Amino acid sequence: MQIYLPIAEVSVNAFLLLGLGGIVGILSGMFGVGGGFLMTPLLFFIGIPPAVAVATEANQIVASSFSGVLAHLRRKTVDLKMGTVLLVGGLIGAAAGVQVFALLTELGQVDLLVRLCYVVFLGLIGSLMFVESLRAIQRARNPAAATGIPPRRSRSWLQKLPFKMRFRTSGLYISVIPPLAVGLLVGILAAIMGVGGGFIMVPAMIYLLGMPTKVVVGTSLFQIIFVTGFATLMHATTNFTVDMVLAVLLLVGGVVGAQIGTRIGVKMKAEQLRILLAIMVLAVCGRLALDLLLEPAELYSLGAGGGH
Amino acid sequence: MRLRLALLALWVAIAPAEAEQVVAGLSQDAISITANFDGSEILIFGAVRREAPPPGSDPMEVIITVEGPSRPVTVRRKARRFGIWVNTDAAEIDGAPTFYAVSTTVPFGEALSHTEDLRHRVSIPWAIRAVGTEVADQAAFTDGLMRIRLNESLYQMNEGTVRFREETLFDTAVRLPANLVEGDYQTRIFLTRGGEVVDVFEQAIPVRKVGLERWIYNLAHQQPLMYGILSLVIAIAAGWVASAVFRYIRT
Repeated sequence: MQIYLPIAEVSVNAFLLLGLGGIVGILSGMFGVGGGFLMTPLLFFIGIPPAVAVATEANQIVASSFSGVLAHLRRKTVDLKMGTVLLVGGLIGAAAGVQVFALLTELGQVDLLVRLCYVVFLGLIGSLMFVESLRAIQRARNPAAATGIPPRRSRSWLQKLPFKMRFRTSGLYISVIPPLAVGLLVGILAAIMGVGGGFIMVPAMIYLLGMPTKVVVGTSLFQIIFVTGFATLMHATTNFTVDMVLAVLLLVGGVVGAQIGTRIGVKMKAEQLRILLAIMVLAVCGRLALDLLLEPAELYSLGAGGGH
Repeated sequence: MRLRLALLALWVAIAPAEAEQVVAGLSQDAISITANFDGSEILIFGAVRREAPPPGSDPMEVIITVEGPSRPVTVRRKARRFGIWVNTDAAEIDGAPTFYAVSTTVPFGEALSHTEDLRHRVSIPWAIRAVGTEVADQAAFTDGLMRIRLNESLYQMNEGTVRFREETLFDTAVRLPANLVEGDYQTRIFLTRGGEVVDVFEQAIPVRKVGLERWIYNLAHQQPLMYGILSLVIAIAAGWVASAVFRYIRT
């Protein structure tokens, strides 16, 4: 069944969109990731204009993270104070990101920016995850070689920064500058790449800020909802690129998929899951990189005319 | 369809005429872009009306053009920079039809002379207005635009697709793709003899988004903040309902 998307102004198969939402939903359920970094490139591949894909994906992430945040709030595993600090950085970042996005759309370089960001971040995260899970598998096979808990990296320079604040839920007394910077980066990524940014924020919270693991996911989801929500509003008012119909279709598929994915995920080993995810991330990265490296079949492309 | 053709033929027979004239009709008065719009096909049919026997020995030919609203376009060209392919040059094209289809009875060159093509702007290159741009190789960009739109069937050259039914009755079908731009689509029917235009018939067919599509598009462009908030509310409501349903299933 073909459906005409009113904002993207293309006609696509509704079942294809439901299916894409479902598959990415299954993966996000299995691996506990948002899935925005997979969905946005997939939308490029099926011919949704990048600007619409990024803005609409931000909208979808708000919805798919909402149920997660409710669950974490009930379990009191959200550090609201830390979340708010991250959020302040995130909002500033998202506002800047949307302006950069609008500027580059005018210059005709937005495709390049989005693709480059994806190649760099997917490549980085994918390789790190791949190496890390290979090591974990080796450790599991050969327990004698296990060295125990790796020593915590020294965070002495972080301790010296000013504007210290007490975060009770996380049991931390640290400067607000690192969380603000992390939030800022994630906000920029949310606006430019149409991702929640959990894949950057979660490692940063654990290794850089030293937050306890149990509050990390809830707090990052809390920040993601508000930042992507804000990015959605900014895209809707600046670039007019949020497609409501597309978002709802992806969401319906995604919600169903996530339930299935969670059940599959329980039955698999964590290292196997992570190595699968790493391979997938690297595959998407490779596909996007090829588009940039190989000579395209059509050198010319069309954009809306500027108002000269 | 058959009835309309018959009525048309009847009208041709009884109406007074000065010279050779073309009268025509379209199968649809308007095209509505609905939620399940997947392109459309318009049937164009017409007849040639004449009072005297056909003049000269040149055969009569028909050219039909369907033209969507014209918009300015920026054409960009990629080149290799630092190992990757980047948009480097751009050319502004003042106005290019968003859709343009030419259908003819015989190969285009036989149906219309160059001077007549230039005068009436019939063939695809003449439909594109590209003047006063600063780029040196303007033609390459215009060619690029035409190539891309021909590939997407937004521009079509359908030679030999207009068929004569009787001596003076003709018809053709033009396929409109799904990604249509809203606006008035101008249909022109040229009657030619020996490459010269004898008569022109024009009619516009409006293409509009309707219903939910119309409403969403208007809201997104006229009240973007409202639309953004509504998108979020709908999405959050859907997410919350899903979470509630999931909890209900588990307990």
